[in-house]
Amino acid sequence: MTVQKINIVPRGGAGNGNGQKLKFRVMRYNPADPDSRPHLQTYELESTAGMTLFIALTEIREKLDPSLQFDFVCRAGICGSCAMVINGRPGLACRTLAQDVGPEITLAPLPVFELIGDLSVNTGKWMRAMSERLEAWCHLKEQEADLTRLEERMDPDLAEQIFELDRCIECGCCVAGCGTARMREDFIGAVGINKIARFRLDPRDARTDADYYDVIGDDDGVFGCMSLLGCHDVCPKELPLQTQIAFIRRKMAGQGFK
Amino acid sequence: MNVIYTDVLVIGGGLAGLRLAVAAKRRGHDAIILSLVPVKRSHSKAAQGGMQASLGNVIKGQGDNEDVHFEDTVRGSDWGADQDVVRMFVNTAPKAVRELAAWGVPWSRVRRGDRTVIINGQKVTITERDEAHGLVAQRDFGGTKKWRTCYVADATGHAMLQAVGDQAIAASIPVHERTEALALIHEAGRCYGAVVRNLITGELTAYVAKATAITTGGAGRLYRVTTNAVICEGIGHAIALETGVAALGNMEAVQFHPTGIFPAGILVTEGCRGDGGLLKDVDGHRFMPDYEPEKKELASRDVVSRRMEEHIAKGKGVKSRFGDHIWLDITLLGEQHIHRNLREVFDICKYFLGVDPSKEMIPVRPAQHYTMGGVRTDHTGESRQLKGLFSAGEAACWDMHGFNRLGGNSVAETVVAGMIVGEFIADFCDKAENDVRIPTGVIKDFVRREQAKLNGILLGSGKEDASVLRARMQEIMTAKVGIFRKGADLEQAVDELQQLLVRSRSIGLRSSAPGPNPELVTAYRTKMMLKLALTVAYGALVRTESRGAHFREDFPRRNDAEWLKRTLATWTSEADTLPTLAYEPLDIRRMELPPGWRGYGAKDYVDHPDTAARLAEVEAIKKSAADRFELQRSLMPYEHLLPERLRGRNERIDEPLAPASTRRAA
Repeated sequence: MTVQKINIVPRGGAGNGNGQKLKFRVMRYNPADPDSRPHLQTYELESTAGMTLFIALTEIREKLDPSLQFDFVCRAGICGSCAMVINGRPGLACRTLAQDVGPEITLAPLPVFELIGDLSVNTGKWMRAMSERLEAWCHLKEQEADLTRLEERMDPDLAEQIFELDRCIECGCCVAGCGTARMREDFIGAVGINKIARFRLDPRDARTDADYYDVIGDDDGVFGCMSLLGCHDVCPKELPLQTQIAFIRRKMAGQGFK
Repeated sequence: MNVIYTDVLVIGGGLAGLRLAVAAKRRGHDAIILSLVPVKRSHSKAAQGGMQASLGNVIKGQGDNEDVHFEDTVRGSDWGADQDVVRMFVNTAPKAVRELAAWGVPWSRVRRGDRTVIINGQKVTITERDEAHGLVAQRDFGGTKKWRTCYVADATGHAMLQAVGDQAIAASIPVHERTEALALIHEAGRCYGAVVRNLITGELTAYVAKATAITTGGAGRLYRVTTNAVICEGIGHAIALETGVAALGNMEAVQFHPTGIFPAGILVTEGCRGDGGLLKDVDGHRFMPDYEPEKKELASRDVVSRRMEEHIAKGKGVKSRFGDHIWLDITLLGEQHIHRNLREVFDICKYFLGVDPSKEMIPVRPAQHYTMGGVRTDHTGESRQLKGLFSAGEAACWDMHGFNRLGGNSVAETVVAGMIVGEFIADFCDKAENDVRIPTGVIKDFVRREQAKLNGILLGSGKEDASVLRARMQEIMTAKVGIFRKGADLEQAVDELQQLLVRSRSIGLRSSAPGPNPELVTAYRTKMMLKLALTVAYGALVRTESRGAHFREDFPRRNDAEWLKRTLATWTSEADTLPTLAYEPLDIRRMELPPGWRGYGAKDYVDHPDTAARLAEVEAIKKSAADRFELQRSLMPYEHLLPERLRGRNERIDEPLAPASTRRAA
């Protein structure tokens, strides 16, 4: 496993944006309201120490505009609910500090996904459809294993490699940052290719390369990728999407020639 | 009127609900899962450190088995747990881990040979056995005698939710995402489904089902400082309470986790301490051994949280502009271990604190974490008052955790309860007598009533602001119904919460936008949450003893003589401002493990008159038993309570089973 070098900026201490004026420009549109038109609305807030976009948006809704729609669940960067376009770049709002992206912050919903309203998009529906299409589950060799017996052994390193790819939180950032996804409505995105890479690595999945080829061996699958790799740049979990896409493309090309 | 019919209506798409739906589906019953959010975003995902199951693969887990897990869990519960249910749980937990292993969960595995670990602040070399290589690994957690917590780095809930969520998709179980059950449909003591609001369109639909299951998780958002996700508002508890029929059990039993990062309250796992992390005060002194010489940082959560607060009260906390906190020091675990096994912790510290936990200490303070109470059910998961209503996981009180839950036992409970209750629901649906036979008029009345309630808020002239009421409720709960409780505070809390409840009847809105209307959502949920907050606070006021996480400064002793009983709360009339409480005694004469000292925390308690006799009986039986299985059967037979397909021993390296052919025949 590679250990990534990062710069950690301390939060806390004096002068970390406390009391600074923040200006939020938020894309507003409520499809359920026939009178609503897409527009940018401005809100002003005073920042507090450690203020995340979760805290800021919650405060805007409680104090300034109760109709503002957005999605947060875990507010800890692990559930993938709150992906949005922050100053032009897809990211998780809950773990973005206002001081790092302010004082003027422009927020828009993720593109590609169906809009529910304002910053809320229907990633769940998209992900379920993708999972059904790719049959993105472990295809069990036997339906009912004998649960009283010792579990099947697995090499500890292999378990870690699978986990590395299993860390995807289906937030949709990779799809929002994807050139192909903007042009091909049915493109499965890096999230889909990564899932195939994950199951392909897993000896518990009964499928073969021929089976994987059936679900991703076309232009809506791995061959649609133009290698722009926006996905890799914006993935909040820092998944190795670049290498996985290249690897699966090579394996699937090989399978295609068989 | 929109009506959708199904066999099993599952309200809540976390691990418990998903696993339960898979069980029902495999038995041939259709299920629909309702979920506030896409299921893979459920709060089950936030379980970090792991799942307890007595596999005993690692060397520090050797000798572990169901009996040890049982005793740890009952002691952890401060004897509040239902011991039959705990037995059912500990016997099924290894099966659940093994099932998930087959479903694709990338459990961290045992590596043969030497490795260095941190135990009690010291580097120690331990040697894993050859025969354990490649089996599921375990780590140490609080309140356990053995290393029992199976894990996937520190993203265990995430990995489990991926696998179980995937299998629900594989089984073609529909999930109606972004829907919320507002009320249960019931008549004459029988539940028939729910009135459900679509959180995209705002429309109401009646879902009618043979069996309805509440699997909505906890109610942490009753508190201001909580590790829980923002969706954990206890609405599942509330719709059961609002039937006026179904009872909630032990709602005053609320767990505070020792290590919420300060001040945001986001969880860092107990695995930090399990893997060797230490708690330190303002002087850099490791203070837990002073209070808890036996278990130190790894006493149960209620005990550690109280000791931290006690130490802060002595002036030993670290001052910050947000208030006082304690340090969690994991720097001694080393960069490599943190990057490999505590990766989420690393990310959380990096993004929310600007701290590199491999180099600096983490500011922490206890935060609300878990709702031990819930919809009171029997061991099958079915409500005793409302037939056809089931519940499982954190939302339920069947009652596995009593007054304190052990770390690693909740995410284990989700899948175990899903497996067990799923089978019982399938049994229920198999019976022709449980077919749905209610007139559509009844369904229509329930839908009309809910629509009228919403219209009352939308179109009424109320002037109260739901956000303000909610914030005040959360403040009261954190300040007065928290880790240390006392009569005077609780009385004030109950008084003020009642006033808030009355005010909540006049909530008005500023926005009438069509669609989901987030302000309307806050409004109706706040009304429900206030009832739940009152159930917690009032139950805590009336329980004049200390047990597990419920600690009364004015009644610091556990009092088995008067309080070895479960609180049952119902909300009998909409005009009420308090729940109606009743109590259900626990029967010591049937207990496999009669009440005693937990092995950590206070040694002082009041015995029940039956305890001595039962203890003597248990000691006598222990002398005559041939092996641990026979002993267990003589003390408290429980296996008949389990669904047939989940019975049977669990194989371990040190407890091999006979070859399959001979065993199957037997």
